[in-house]
Amino acid sequence: MKNTKVFKLLAVVLAAVMIVGVMAGCSKATEADKGNTEAAGATEAAASSDVIYRPLDEIKESGSIKIGVFSDKNPFGYVDENGEYQGYDVYFARRIAEDLGVEVEFVSTEAANRVEALQTGKVDIILANFTVTDERAQQVDFALPYMNVALGVVSPSDNVITDLSQIGADDAVIVISGTTAEIYLEQNNPEITLKKYDTYSDAKTAFENGQGVAWANDNTEVIAYANTVEGYTVGIPKLGSDDTIAPAVTKGNETLLNWINDEIKSLAGEQFFHKDYEETLVDTYGKDYEEELVVEGGVIG
Amino acid sequence: MQALATDLGFDVLFKGTNFLRLLGGMWVTLKISLISVALSIVLGILLGIVMTFKNPVTKAICRIYLEIVRIMPQLVLLFIVYYGSARLIGLKFEPEFAAVIVFTFWGTAEMGDLVRGALQSIPKHQYESAYALGMSHRQTYFCIVIPQTVRRLLPLSINLVTRMIKTTPLIVMIEVVEATKVARQIIDANRVASPNAAFGLFFVIFVLYFAVCWPISLLASHLEKKWSN
Repeated sequence: MKNTKVFKLLAVVLAAVMIVGVMAGCSKATEADKGNTEAAGATEAAASSDVIYRPLDEIKESGSIKIGVFSDKNPFGYVDENGEYQGYDVYFARRIAEDLGVEVEFVSTEAANRVEALQTGKVDIILANFTVTDERAQQVDFALPYMNVALGVVSPSDNVITDLSQIGADDAVIVISGTTAEIYLEQNNPEITLKKYDTYSDAKTAFENGQGVAWANDNTEVIAYANTVEGYTVGIPKLGSDDTIAPAVTKGNETLLNWINDEIKSLAGEQFFHKDYEETLVDTYGKDYEEELVVEGGVIG
Repeated sequence: MQALATDLGFDVLFKGTNFLRLLGGMWVTLKISLISVALSIVLGILLGIVMTFKNPVTKAICRIYLEIVRIMPQLVLLFIVYYGSARLIGLKFEPEFAAVIVFTFWGTAEMGDLVRGALQSIPKHQYESAYALGMSHRQTYFCIVIPQTVRRLLPLSINLVTRMIKTTPLIVMIEVVEATKVARQIIDANRVASPNAAFGLFFVIFVLYFAVCWPISLLASHLEKKWSN
């Protein structure tokens, strides 16, 4: 009897905590607004409409577009020594902004936050090596693909994992949270212990320090990794189905989505993504992978 | 010497504007924590005074507020304010602004509790003597109690300040690019050329945090000594 009472009380308190938490959060905001002019300038009141995203017209009018890219995933999205964003995704992002006639504002995103960033309108487009999956397609709208990808598994050369069955019960596989590799392994190989890291660099450090017997990631990533870091081999170059990488916009942002699709189609004429590959990826993957990785005009072939 | 610098990854610091970018990242950290600290101190003192009220309603509210802050990881608060506010009420905060809100929300609660403790530690006879001298409630508070409270409070609150500064790397998760994120960007951009850059860069981060927090700690112990008698 007493237990249920305590439980009820706890439930009430918890509910109150939630409500007060949200309200306190709001009132704090207005308090801080008044007290702090510097920060006050930073708030952007949401548009009067209910939609969280910015349609094409609004982006053009505002003169700048927010594009979420990776800032620590060389060679797709990274920051060079002069503080400039570079990479395959970034190259395309710059072209989008140029053709829209607006300034580009890069937002550094983490893999696990990409869906959330779109759903809350923090960015207009995500161009962060975003693999198209059914689950994600329910939450965001993908445009036409611009790259092919499958999963791969890299492991130390002295203990190469060529099949997932080699992974014992005590072994762990390293993945980055929110990536396709994590989703795939959780669905298809739930018996494998995963060690999850939020950032690429954390996962890499953990892998190199022997925190896991293998590292599962996009195959482009593991190929590039094994090519550049000595002592590691890609034992499984292709795992799961072939996937594609595509730009994503907030669900319902039709005008922007259609514009991006038209853009990708028209860029096929100048073989834009081949040029992009040669500018940004060729150093990492070499010429051999160009036809395999690049998708031109949104046509997978 | 050159070889050692390369082995430990210090060389990447001097490529391009890398070092300046790290300092820039540290400045983001400092800016967010200092604004939050300033707001927390002001709001925390007010909250601490409210906490000493005997009114059951204010008591309950303060209690709940304090417990939320104690129970919720700061990371959860950051997500709620940054993504949750956009989802629930359509408010789009800049990430830095969301960080200031969360750190102030947290700092105010902790500061309030410190102030409450300090206020309650003022012996009853201080109040009674003030009333005996014919001072009003207000005068007693502002001339007798508050000055003594502040004295007891300063060392403790400075501790809170360093803790807040040290918690800032969490804001990476709401896409603020601060010192540790810049370090990771540099490590990744040079992962082929200098695979050991992680050591050098995190060592520099350590030095930067030390340079910021140590003077603050020194100030705390200095004040503690000065005011102990």
